[in-house]
Amino acid sequence: MDLNFSEKHRAFQAEVREFIRRHGPASPKTGGGRKRPDRKTLDWQRLLIEHGYAGRTIPREYGGYGAAPDVLEAAIIAEEFGRANVHPGIMNQGISMLVPTLLEVGTREQCERWVRPTIRGEIIWCQGYSEPEAGSDLASVRTRAVVEDGHFVVNGHKIWTSSAHYADMMFLLCRTEPDKPKHEGLSYLLLSMRTPGIEVRPLRTMTGRAEFNEVFFTDVRVPLDQIVMGRGHGWHVANITLKHERMGIGDAGKLTHRLQRLVELLRATKVDGVPLIAAAEFRSRLLRLQGEVLAWRAHNLRLLTDQARGEDPGLRRLIVKYGGTVLGHRLSALAVDALGAEGLTALSQGEDAQDDDAANWNNDYLYDIGLLIGGGTSNIQRNIIGERGLGLPREPRVPGTGGRGA
Amino acid sequence: MEFALSHEQTLLGESVRSFLRDHCPIEAVRAQAATGTGCEEGLWRGLLDLGVQGLLVPERHGGTGLGLLEAAVVAQALGGAAAPVPFLCSVAMAPLALLRSGSAAQQDRWLPRIAGGEARIAMGFVGYVGGRGGAALSLDRDRLSGAAEAVLDAGAPTHFLVYLPDGRAAILGAGDAGVSVALRRTLDGTRPLAEVAFDGVEAEVLEAAADPRAAALQVLDAGRVVLAADTLGAAQAMLDRAVAWAKQRVQFGRVIGSFQGVKHMCADMATMLEPCHAFVWHAAYAQDTRSAEARLMACHAKAHLDEVGREVARMATEVHGGMGFTDLSGLHYWLKRIGFNRQVLGGPERCREEAAALQGWTA
Ligand SMILES: Cc1cc2nc3c(=O)[nH]c(=O)nc-3n(C[C@H](O)[C@H](O)[C@H](O)COP(=O)(O)OP(=O)(O)OC[C@H]3O[C@@H](n4cnc5c(N)ncnc54)[C@H](O)[C@@H]3O)c2cc1C
Repeated sequence: MDLNFSEKHRAFQAEVREFIRRHGPASPKTGGGRKRPDRKTLDWQRLLIEHGYAGRTIPREYGGYGAAPDVLEAAIIAEEFGRANVHPGIMNQGISMLVPTLLEVGTREQCERWVRPTIRGEIIWCQGYSEPEAGSDLASVRTRAVVEDGHFVVNGHKIWTSSAHYADMMFLLCRTEPDKPKHEGLSYLLLSMRTPGIEVRPLRTMTGRAEFNEVFFTDVRVPLDQIVMGRGHGWHVANITLKHERMGIGDAGKLTHRLQRLVELLRATKVDGVPLIAAAEFRSRLLRLQGEVLAWRAHNLRLLTDQARGEDPGLRRLIVKYGGTVLGHRLSALAVDALGAEGLTALSQGEDAQDDDAANWNNDYLYDIGLLIGGGTSNIQRNIIGERGLGLPREPRVPGTGGRGA
Repeated sequence: MEFALSHEQTLLGESVRSFLRDHCPIEAVRAQAATGTGCEEGLWRGLLDLGVQGLLVPERHGGTGLGLLEAAVVAQALGGAAAPVPFLCSVAMAPLALLRSGSAAQQDRWLPRIAGGEARIAMGFVGYVGGRGGAALSLDRDRLSGAAEAVLDAGAPTHFLVYLPDGRAAILGAGDAGVSVALRRTLDGTRPLAEVAFDGVEAEVLEAAADPRAAALQVLDAGRVVLAADTLGAAQAMLDRAVAWAKQRVQFGRVIGSFQGVKHMCADMATMLEPCHAFVWHAAYAQDTRSAEARLMACHAKAHLDEVGREVARMATEVHGGMGFTDLSGLHYWLKRIGFNRQVLGGPERCREEAAALQGWTA
């Protein structure tokens, strides 16, 4: 254990602080990530990449900053940006899920072509996995692609596709080998959302926004080289992406930041003249949550060390999505309770508005329920923890069925 | 930066675990629970051979001069075996009490005896974690009078070390005239609690700390981290047993671990418990480095492990069905150990209230 900064890291911290002092005022407002980045955010993103505060470890030839991985540097950046409430760079499914997947198993050409514009925020990706009949049981997807005159030709129907209404590209899980067993018949394709034959129908969610969509494919033509790994390897690739998705959804750094916001809220909110932080019932809920967040914060530091050593943390990684989303929802639930009846009137002013804190908490409280479901539900996570983490036996299979992440 | 145990720390845990595997089977725990001094002499000597008693004693006094992180690693191993030895006070808190509040001469005198396993020091805190009415101590120069409740590791001590509310501490011989001990068996039969009365007993007073109360709290916090680590080890042992049982017990023609109800209980336990490893290390490390967060982390680590420990203890027992409820399975020794740890040196409610006060979250 050594949580001290070396000379090098102290210098790095000073450098980050200096950057924030000089450029912080040009930062776009934080939060509100579920839409296409505006000009200001795109400029900010380029500045961050130039200085190595975004795309830090992505090779230069792919448009990144090309630094050697150093988890402490990453932690310093996250902490300094968080403390100063400066925009930490764009986070979306392309950046946090597709790019690491391509770096892991994509070809050189694919990395050269897609990584740079994706990390700059110029290309927005969506994830075409779920279908009406294939949710938890993801490997049973039916959307199919057949090869015809030098293209994959895709037909089928995806659903719950976040961001598809403004995305430029999709990474798609579809069936290319219908004669093979379920998990071996899948492929992972990259396609432009502007290809003829794609129809996107937004679905309004409980937050009142259209966060996800249905996507229909009719004879959609995808060049043959836009496949990651080969035909029949889609399940493997899809699970690499899921790994990154789940780590991102459960991230303990977000929990720490959210706890800080919650503490501020309880300090600032007075009921009958007493700040809620001093009201026994609220304080005791807050304290229990703080203990849990501290545990996850330490866990996160341990995961960072695993990552720096290039070790697969196994069980430690598998619990992150489930544990993190359940705790996240309890944090926003306490915020909503602190806001009380008055909070009920704090409605979002719409997708493009800068909402106030109360409306943001309401939105988080709702969206967090989606996070319990998206990326593999809590039940599916517990299956995975039990089976892959603890080595418990699978359920006996009904012939011809399977499970997400199986 | 590195958030992981060092090679040496891992080996230390491994060597204690392997010693306990050979020398602390469940029969030894059961036997100890029947007599109930909380100190199995064979284990105590074996730990001495491993150098455990000198863990926190500086090298110049015959110890290895390691930190609370190493103590936590050992405590976790002890909890994992439900080992009945007076580690908490004699090995972890007592040397720290001397280092924080003892004079150089007192350290010279006491620390080598602690490292050598000759001094087994039971400890009590009066005026720290909420009294229940029976405890009060006073010092008239070096004469100690009054009573201490819930004195820990008091089954077979050579000495008592009790903290007064002002942060001074008094050490005296367990057999000194004027000391009367009422040893109480506890629900965790392997560890008793004592009420100790002092009638004008001559004591050695530890009063060299610049801020005596703060020094006393550091010792209390160290004890809390050690208890959290002990609970972690005990809870992990219960989870491991539950998972092993779930892989072997067959009902309805299937091993029960293939039923989702059972699998999800195990997954829930793992999701709660796994982050606790890192949390306990972090809390111990914060004490060693005297981080600004040290008190906060000790309070929260104790409270959090108390809560998680209770949940895991219950669920792991349920996974075993009727077998889990038997004396034969021995599971209850861990369950009761977790229950004991929860109540001493401040239960979770108390620890969280302290955490609140530390952050100014009070009216
Ligand atoms: C906010 C949000 C964003 C999303 N974004 C995307 C996206 O961008 N791209 C995409 O492809 N998908 C996306 N999804 C879809 C998501 O991945 C699926 O909703 C999820 O995998 C569950 O599938 P389902 O909805 O079909 O539910 P079902 O699979 O029908 O599950 C219904 C219930 O049954 C339970 N269940 C199912 N199987 C089992 C089992 N074997 N054991 C125990 N319980 C079981 C589930 O846990 C759940 O409680 C998103 C979902 C949400 C909520």
